Amino acid sequence: MIETQGLSKRFDSFLAVDGVTLTVKPGEVLALLGPNGAGKTTTVRMLTSILKPSAGWARVAGHDVVEEPAAVRTRVGVLTENPGLYFRMRSEEYLDFFGELYGLPPAARRARAVQLLERFGMADARGKRLGEYSKGMRQKLALIRALLHDPPVLLLDEPTSAMDPQSARLVRDAIAELRSENRAIILCTHNLTEAEQLADQIAIIRRGRIITQGSPAALKRALLGAPVMELQTAAPLNGLVEDLSDAVEIVAAGENWVRYRAPDPAQINPLIVQRLADQKIPVVTLAEVPRSLEDVYLQVVEAADQ
Amino acid sequence: MTLSQVRHTFSRALIITRREVWDQLRDWRIVIPVIGLTLFFPLLMNFTANQTVRFVERYGAEIVGDRLIPFLLMVVGFFPISVSLVIALESFVGEKERHSLEPLLSSPMTDLELYIGKAIAAMLPPLFAAYLGVTVYLTGLALTVGWQPSPTLLIQILALTTVQAMVMVSGAVVISVQTTSVRAANLLASFIIIPFALLIQGESMIMFWAQYHVLWWVLVGLVFVMIALIRMGVRLFNREELLGRDIDEINMKAAWATFRAAYAGAGQGRGLVGWYRLEVFHAVRRLALPLVLMVGALAIAIVIGDNYAPLYRLPLSADDLQDFTRSFGERLAQLGFVSPIGAGWILLTNLRALAIATGLGAFSLGVLGVILLMLPLALVGYFAGQMALIGISPLLFVAAFILPHGLLEIPAAILEGAAILRLGASILAPPPGKTLGEGWLMALADWAKVSLALVAPLLAGAAALEVFVTPRVVLAIFGG
Repeated sequence: MIETQGLSKRFDSFLAVDGVTLTVKPGEVLALLGPNGAGKTTTVRMLTSILKPSAGWARVAGHDVVEEPAAVRTRVGVLTENPGLYFRMRSEEYLDFFGELYGLPPAARRARAVQLLERFGMADARGKRLGEYSKGMRQKLALIRALLHDPPVLLLDEPTSAMDPQSARLVRDAIAELRSENRAIILCTHNLTEAEQLADQIAIIRRGRIITQGSPAALKRALLGAPVMELQTAAPLNGLVEDLSDAVEIVAAGENWVRYRAPDPAQINPLIVQRLADQKIPVVTLAEVPRSLEDVYLQVVEAADQ
Repeated sequence: MTLSQVRHTFSRALIITRREVWDQLRDWRIVIPVIGLTLFFPLLMNFTANQTVRFVERYGAEIVGDRLIPFLLMVVGFFPISVSLVIALESFVGEKERHSLEPLLSSPMTDLELYIGKAIAAMLPPLFAAYLGVTVYLTGLALTVGWQPSPTLLIQILALTTVQAMVMVSGAVVISVQTTSVRAANLLASFIIIPFALLIQGESMIMFWAQYHVLWWVLVGLVFVMIALIRMGVRLFNREELLGRDIDEINMKAAWATFRAAYAGAGQGRGLVGWYRLEVFHAVRRLALPLVLMVGALAIAIVIGDNYAPLYRLPLSADDLQDFTRSFGERLAQLGFVSPIGAGWILLTNLRALAIATGLGAFSLGVLGVILLMLPLALVGYFAGQMALIGISPLLFVAAFILPHGLLEIPAAILEGAAILRLGASILAPPPGKTLGEGWLMALADWAKVSLALVAPLLAGAAALEVFVTPRVVLAIFGG
């Protein structure tokens, strides 16, 4: 649904985006992570047919961003970096204006606006002018604007920035719900927890180049090694750790706990549990030690800096 | 574009217009001045006109009142439309600054629809206020002094008001696209305000002189400027230009790199012959249309000069010319003219004239540069006309005095004029995919190529011919 190949953008002598190649299939969410000025917004603008690529190509919902800009923009919902609202307008009036720009019939755009305002808890603020909205409310209204025409492609630039935790949660849940078989989403964010929670794929962009890309699990495996499992027992392990070292790589151990790397947990873990059962050592818990996307991100960016 | 496409474009553009006009009507900073200029200002002008008419009547100077009333009509129409400049700057660059432009640009609206929608919105309320102000002023005058404008004057004032508003708005769009903040746009707005101040002064003089027919020419001139600015605005008002930069800065390094790349081009590293073949030749080809225009302009200059010959006739006879020509060579020799120094002096004078023409052309869409280059040819036409009046063949005069060095000098003037015209006009329509600055730098590179590779050598040859050959030809033909 979103496909780019060697997508680049140069402003005079500055190369803002350098050979970005991405594929986001229908039903997928791709989180584009990167420091400020890495090229995320420029990439989104090229995918919205606002900026023309200097090199490479991109197709969005089957349409070339250079050859068919109007078709692309009709099929894309964009949440821009800044909400960019008209402060003297009210929400329904504002949404009606954008609905008309997207060619929605009057009745349809009114119904859709009411539905989305209620869904995002904004129905009570309908009487207020947008200038009176809090930052979070503005961001939510901008997201509603992006969803108004029910686009098959969503490009969301910092969707939860400036939101209070409750609103951020609401928006995250909405994005999770928006994931459907017919929709592809690109999410630009600095919030790594959010990215991990929502994304099927992560792409880290730095100085305009994608420096790493893959599913969160694959990236963790590739950059942080095989998953680490922690086993806790109800009784002391009594030298069992040495016995296990022939099957797994021991990371750390205590009297009644051990951490080991499991390249293939589905195979290794039943074997370990079986050995403990044979030794009549009761197992309390066996779980993967959580590893955050933040660790991956920092490692990748630091490596790139070096 | 078919009629249905035009209708579709306008119906889409009006979505923007409706929102913006409604938004303006909610902004007291726009509404209050507009009400003031619509109602109170015309009434004040009405009062002024009344008082002035009564005062001057006491001294038998009714003519002052007769001239003042139409002048104030123009002022009453102009003042409200001056607000359109502020609205346009606010509407275009203000939206960019407040980041509300990007959601619009992300919508399926085309660049043209956005441009038209915003331009109409910037013009509509001030124009409505201007027409209302004119109505208030005229109604007041009809009731108090019983004055009514002639239909022609009324049409002229309304047309001028409308076109001036369109020029201001289209100029504001061009400025807005080049800036990223309202502050910067306001600073650059002086490029509109100063010419308009001069224009209003000029119109005032025309109206106090009661040369109302000249207002039609002013209108025609403004329509041309408006077309040029709208063309430029439509070309520049695109998503790439609007969001392609975040800060206003002049990147001299990038500018030099662009100029250098355009100047050396494909001929780089291929020696002088390669550069001439690949770059200079192509630069001349790109000047095809300006070259035709330049030839036409110089031909017109000769005709104009010739037409002025009988109007400003010189006290000359054929004998005078023969006497002058006999001593012509001696006089030149006494001045040290027939020497390499004389040739150098001519070359420098010509190069200086071309430099001035380039400078003027760069800031006037090429027009002033071309006019400057037309002057010598107008003089040639004038003197040729004088020769015809005293019974000497103008062709013989041209063959003797002009042609020997003119064979090189006139092509040089045509080439230089064409390059200046293209340089000046390059800002009207940058090449596709290029910014305004890049387009101008590329035209500057073509100008530099043509000037250095062709014009300068031609002028050097012409200067040598003018010193060493032309006087001999003159003596041979007219020396008796």
